[in-house]
Amino acid sequence: MKLTLHIWRQKNAGSKGNFKTYPLEGLDPNMSVPEMLDHLNEILIRKGEDPVAFESDCREGICGQCGFVINGHIQSPEKSATTCQTHLRSFNNDDELYIEPFRAKSFPVKKDLCIDRTAFDRIIGAGGYIGVNTGQAPEANSILIGHDTAEEAFDAAACIGCGACVATCKNASAALFTGAKIAHLAMLPQGKLEAKARARAMVEQMDAEGFGACTFTRACEVVCPQSVSVANIVKMNKEFLWG
Amino acid sequence: MLDARIPEGPLELKWTQFKATCLLINPANRRKHKVIVVGTGLAGASCAASLSELGFHVEVFTFHDSARRAHSVAAQGGINAAKNYKNDGDSIWRMFYDTVKGGDFRSREANIYRMAECSMALIDQAVAQGVPFAREYSGYLSNRSFGGVQVSRTFYARGQTGQQLLQGAYQSLMRQQKIGSVVLHTRHEMMDLVVYDNKARGIISRNLDTGEIKSHSADAVVLATGGYGKIYYLSTLAMNCNASAIWRAHKKGAYFAAPSWTQFHPTSLPQMGDYQSKLTLMSESLRNDGRIWVPKKAGDDRKPNDIPENDRDYYLERKYPSFGNLAPRDISSRAAIEQINAGHGAGPLKNAVYLDFKESIDREGKQVIEKRYGNLFNMYEKITGINAYQEPMLISPAAHFSMGGLWVDYGLMSNLKGLFVLGEANFADHGANRLGANSLLQACVDGYFISHYTIMDYLAGNGLSKTDEKGLKEQFDKDTIRVKERLQKLLSIQGDKTPETFHKELGRILYSKCGLLRNAHALQMAREELKNLQQEFHQRLLVAGEAHSINFELEKAARVEDYLQLAPLIVEDALQREESCGAHFREEFQTKEGEALRNDNDFGYVSVWESTEKGEFILHKEHLDFNYVTVSERSYK
Ligand SMILES: Cc1cc2nc3c(=O)[nH]c(=O)nc-3n(C[C@H](O)[C@H](O)[C@H](O)COP(=O)(O)OP(=O)(O)OC[C@H]3O[C@@H](n4cnc5c(N)ncnc54)[C@H](O)[C@@H]3O)c2cc1C
Ligand code: FES
Repeated sequence: MKLTLHIWRQKNAGSKGNFKTYPLEGLDPNMSVPEMLDHLNEILIRKGEDPVAFESDCREGICGQCGFVINGHIQSPEKSATTCQTHLRSFNNDDELYIEPFRAKSFPVKKDLCIDRTAFDRIIGAGGYIGVNTGQAPEANSILIGHDTAEEAFDAAACIGCGACVATCKNASAALFTGAKIAHLAMLPQGKLEAKARARAMVEQMDAEGFGACTFTRACEVVCPQSVSVANIVKMNKEFLWG
Repeated sequence: MLDARIPEGPLELKWTQFKATCLLINPANRRKHKVIVVGTGLAGASCAASLSELGFHVEVFTFHDSARRAHSVAAQGGINAAKNYKNDGDSIWRMFYDTVKGGDFRSREANIYRMAECSMALIDQAVAQGVPFAREYSGYLSNRSFGGVQVSRTFYARGQTGQQLLQGAYQSLMRQQKIGSVVLHTRHEMMDLVVYDNKARGIISRNLDTGEIKSHSADAVVLATGGYGKIYYLSTLAMNCNASAIWRAHKKGAYFAAPSWTQFHPTSLPQMGDYQSKLTLMSESLRNDGRIWVPKKAGDDRKPNDIPENDRDYYLERKYPSFGNLAPRDISSRAAIEQINAGHGAGPLKNAVYLDFKESIDREGKQVIEKRYGNLFNMYEKITGINAYQEPMLISPAAHFSMGGLWVDYGLMSNLKGLFVLGEANFADHGANRLGANSLLQACVDGYFISHYTIMDYLAGNGLSKTDEKGLKEQFDKDTIRVKERLQKLLSIQGDKTPETFHKELGRILYSKCGLLRNAHALQMAREELKNLQQEFHQRLLVAGEAHSINFELEKAARVEDYLQLAPLIVEDALQREESCGAHFREEFQTKEGEALRNDNDFGYVSVWESTEKGEFILHKEHLDFNYVTVSERSYK
């Protein structure tokens, strides 16, 4: 299989980047996108060129480490998939692929395809937890949680923190990410007590990080690899305003 | 002499006894003690958060860009606890027994008992943090059963149990960071351990964004750096999992136990091509409804659906009639590799066996199977492009979990004082074979419920106030320079082979000669091949880029260099142990029926290795006494 790659190259946060073109041959349709980049890098290194800096770790769609924009698709042209779960059989022979990093003011590019997503950690740190110390917990079955509530909480908690929601949003809003955590914890009896304070602190941090406002275009839900629902944004607004 | 420092008294009171008598530090004085925690997986994050809640000053390091991405995130199936919510006869004792037996009688009774004992509080803790475990319609927690046991003690959150548990630990950690009592260094790799006066006193780190090399001192160091199964290159581990932290500590004097005991998971996806970088795990639960088979005739090239019943060999059902397709991991993996080696392998590379759902689909209907495993079938199709409702899945064993790791005593402290090793990085509870859903538990229990007691006990009595500060500083300076020199050396070779190429070659040697099946002849060959590969590495390594910015190639090079040093020890360990036990199968030592033949008289110990400056390996033995269980042959016939 043959592809022409146009990859965003940027030396560091301070420099300006641009696309560079790399024709690649001898590809296997079963290769994943990161494996294709591994292959490209081997070639670049042998030629004495700087390999493409990109991040990935689990390569099975759960750690949230990878994630690029491929021909305008955030993460993947496939539905509910991460970049690492995208294989070359999703493309046609002789296709041209434009590969670039997620773009958002709050996710500065560090090098090539690597971005800084630590803003997400700070949002969690602001209140994305239940304030229980080790050792304080009561017997697990003393907190009854309905089957459907547990499932719904799981759906929200399934977020992998990849930032696709931000990258696809025209306002670069982190409402889906933040809303999912607020909703996950507010839904559970253990998390109710702090729900209002949590929502305030997290939303304030989200704003402080420079993420944009949510205008409910629902674009985020579409690209989310875990299909986290925008219903969580509604829940967040409810907690924040009336909690 | 190795002293595991197991408390006196009856088994069920040892931990109680320890907690009641260990040394404590007054809350006001805890702030004066600094502990470094390397790793933010379940073990590291939970340990750091718990220490910080007590008031200790904690600095945390991870090479990930966020603590949430540690590989604990990838665990699918579940976590065990002896809650006996099913009323099916489970108890601490039964869980303890299952684990000792599952580990093929090669682990310490006291440790395992404690793990089982703490398992219940762990579920309470996780629920309180908001972990959305599966529930019954009545609102009570739900359980399922996992391989190798007869009770249902596994708690789970769909197929993402590790992710959900890790979020609980990560969120607790971030809460402590916000309060200001944890300093978190993401994108920082530990490059070396600093030992002074035979005590762990800090680490040297590399900032992976800027390349800055820096030293950090502390009163104690915790390594919770995960497993090293990635040494086999193709494995179920994440790309960046490594042995470097524990290997560097080993080179500074920390003993390494049972390095060759690696678990191969039976239901991973097979390798499809040379480009492949990892093997994805398919949940073991599939074996509940899938039948495993290979063509009877070696080299049969027909499509699986064209092979009639008579020409199929359901070898697990044939060999283990009572456990069948649910035989334990080590046994299933071994049986598969025997079929593959004998030419019965399936798939384009003839390196897999079939996992067939046709019969269950015919019996129960596609809908039922879809409800049970729909997400797994989707995942399979996403990766392979094959629809498993129509043709059998291809599965194959893959390197998965390291039972081996740094040796620790009952308090999880290495022979180096002040060095604590938690989670998959240590050798402790799993013996020669780990039971499914026990390692999330072990990582959590180590971090939430054990280490803060034992670290406090150490800090209270370690006498660090008498340290010669000048000498300590010199040691830090010396180690910092050494790290810088090492990286420069790797960069300066400028040969023609990338770190990745070496890693792949290393993986091939280990899989073929020190994998599921081992024998003295192959191991001796591996020893030679590894020696050559190591030599070649130092002559032909090619690392792109430079040391002062983001450079993934340099990161890989250093990790591969460590892997290449660890590999000969793995081979040595496998060679020295002239018996078969758990995941360690020496072909020379098997029963007439081809089962593992343990030798308790001569090998009823854990092999604990020391490396000398010259790179020689010295064996120490921790003899295992079984006072509470009867050592027996593990039979699953
Ligand atoms: C695919 C898969 C599925 C699994 N499923 C299950 C299951 O269902 N049930 C079960 O019980 N177990 C399961 N396991 C095993 C279990 O997940 C692991 O044993 C456990 O999560 C390990 O946790 P840990 O905290 O020890 O290490 P990890 O979670 O691997 O964390 C290691 C941490 O150390 C850091 N680190 C490593 N080296 C360095 C360094 N040099 N410098 C700085 N930081 C470093 C990393 O950044 C990371 O933060 C599974 C494992 C895999 C691979
Ligand atoms: S590498 Fe983990 S989600 Fe892609």
